[in-house]
Amino acid sequence: MATKGTAAKKAAPRKAAAKAAPQKTAARAKAKPEISAEKSKMVGSVRRSFAPWTDPDAKPFILYENITKRFGDFTAVDDLTLGIYEREFFSLLGGSGCGKTTLLRMLAGFETPTEGRILLDGQDISKIPPYKRPVNMMFQSYALFPHMTVADNIAFGLKQDKMPKGEIADRVDEMLKLVKLEQFKSRKPHMLSGGQRQRVALARSIAKRPKVLLLDEPLGALDKKLREQTQFELIDLQQQLGLTFQIVTHDQEEAMTVSDRIAVMNQGKIIQVSTPAEMYEYPNSRFVADFIGDINLIEGTISSVSGGKVTVETADAGKLVVNQDLKADKGQTAWIAIRPEKVSIGLKKPAARTANVMSGEVWDIGYLGDVSTYHVKMPAGGIVKALQTNATRLVERPITWEDQAWLSFSPDGAVVLLS
Amino acid sequence: MAEHHDRSGRRLVLLVPYLWLLVFFLVPFLIVLKISFSQIAVAMPPYTPTFSLSQGWDGFVAAFRQLSFDNYVWLTEDDLYIRSYLSSVWIAFVSTIITLLVGYPVAYGMARAPSQWRATLLMLVILPFWTSFLIRVYAWIGILKPEGLLTVVLQTIGLLSPDEQVRILNTTTAVYIGIVYSYLPFMVLPLYSALEKMDASLLEAAEDLGCHPLKAFWVITFPLSLPGVIAGCFLVFIPAVGEFVIPDLLGGSGTLMIGKTLWSEFFNNRDWPVSSAVAVILLAVLIIPIVLFQRAQQRAQEREAG
Repeated sequence: MATKGTAAKKAAPRKAAAKAAPQKTAARAKAKPEISAEKSKMVGSVRRSFAPWTDPDAKPFILYENITKRFGDFTAVDDLTLGIYEREFFSLLGGSGCGKTTLLRMLAGFETPTEGRILLDGQDISKIPPYKRPVNMMFQSYALFPHMTVADNIAFGLKQDKMPKGEIADRVDEMLKLVKLEQFKSRKPHMLSGGQRQRVALARSIAKRPKVLLLDEPLGALDKKLREQTQFELIDLQQQLGLTFQIVTHDQEEAMTVSDRIAVMNQGKIIQVSTPAEMYEYPNSRFVADFIGDINLIEGTISSVSGGKVTVETADAGKLVVNQDLKADKGQTAWIAIRPEKVSIGLKKPAARTANVMSGEVWDIGYLGDVSTYHVKMPAGGIVKALQTNATRLVERPITWEDQAWLSFSPDGAVVLLS
Repeated sequence: MAEHHDRSGRRLVLLVPYLWLLVFFLVPFLIVLKISFSQIAVAMPPYTPTFSLSQGWDGFVAAFRQLSFDNYVWLTEDDLYIRSYLSSVWIAFVSTIITLLVGYPVAYGMARAPSQWRATLLMLVILPFWTSFLIRVYAWIGILKPEGLLTVVLQTIGLLSPDEQVRILNTTTAVYIGIVYSYLPFMVLPLYSALEKMDASLLEAAEDLGCHPLKAFWVITFPLSLPGVIAGCFLVFIPAVGEFVIPDLLGGSGTLMIGKTLWSEFFNNRDWPVSSAVAVILLAVLIIPIVLFQRAQQRAQEREAG
């Protein structure tokens, strides 16, 4: 629901940061525009120019090749292949135990793949111990050294590289400035707030300018407001430094906000890899549709497929039409996936030509202030959710419980899913 | 009303440990202090003066006037006492270092063991306490004596020829072995508790930042276990300084320790005043590390609280 809002905000920092880092604009200009689902329209409300994954010549910077990881009987990662491009902000999203953290820890070197190999910049890193890998990790627990000051924590990695003292001091100051912690330089971690500790952990993990920064639930311990603010700071930082970020999260809003691309994982496998907007608007399965945001799934059977139009016969709402190029057979079970905000609700019957009209009894209403959600019970028993923006303070005839309401959605608004 | 009752109840509870310390520590200490200022006498008890209520106030003042520092002066005149103190502190110091070197790997291994084993390992460390301390020290005589178990084992595996015997019993080495063996649990337990609560991700973070695991031990693990190291060292050092049983049973006549000197002063010479003076000085010698220990503990607590 809120994902729409946060995704739209992404435009501003992207643009601003592009000015600060001209080298990145060059990299992005080369990239081809994103796949468009409709002839002239783009998916989602954000325009992106960075999309190396659409360029057949582009080589992934990180390549997981047929990776399998087993812990005893448990398969954490199951024959997974995934490429991540340079300067990409890539999210691994999934519930707990889906293998996302294991994938991250294998790149850091804390776990060894049971099968398969990992290439970083074309080099097989499977045999390289963690302390020699050009990647750094920001830990979920932050793992700050409690006996060292903030400055010493940030300097730790630089000291291991035997960097000259003067340079270390300069780099530490630069990092402190970057995360706005200059005045906390000589504090110990226990004297900092949660948000400040998170910044120290971040500064420490980027101080060495790693090729790849791995972030394991980096904002998980912060409260909601701070988390949202920090998400944008992360994006800016990634743009400024021109690093490749790989982040693990179970928070879909976070993934939507920060990522260039998201991989949704389940039971050690990747279910879908795509941009946040594609993930939201064109989920490839009921799992992804349900995992990302809120969605109505209306079950039915395909009654016709022709000329970019799919018609599905449903028990709840009769025939529903979706504009989609789909390879499917007549009679096959399918699900119409429609986001609640794309369903309009009203008390008057829509005009006769309106497509995809459904009617039912208002069962539940959730008033959230900015929006209201209406759960409408169809005659056959299914519930269809509709979301309406509360655009005015006063409403002449508000919808109430047990009202007979009319729902409709555009054939462009829904997706037909076969699995 | 109820609150008032509650508060007085709380005070009563607080009073108990203070009362305990007063009756069983402060009062006996004052008696020893008084005896240390007295003179040896052929009497029962074997010192003079003695305070008695029957003599009245004048008698009390007269008795008080007889107290003197003579015994303390005596302790400085005969170098036996100074040598005993120094030797005790040295033996305790060396034993503490050895105990630390042995105990640290044990505690480290326990803290890194799979969690389902840890309770068992902890039990094994505490298990020796179930046998009397005295019996365990006696057992070492059987092991270390020239015709003892160690000789037999070394002869069997061929490290010693049949006509050779180990000469460990009645040497300082035997005292070290005894102290290290007896006090090892006191070192292992605080070290284990310090190492066990350490976040394993700290070591991963160090390694991730380019630190070799061996180096990470010295820059991360060891500094973070320092509170445990300090606690363990004091728990071994303080009782080892005043140790009597181990040097008496294993050390023979050649080992000089203040506990033995005190014992012979008390039982062989029946010189209660001098042995009391020895005990008071020993307490003073030990109070310094105890105060240091408490300060370190307090600082560690403040660090955790902060």
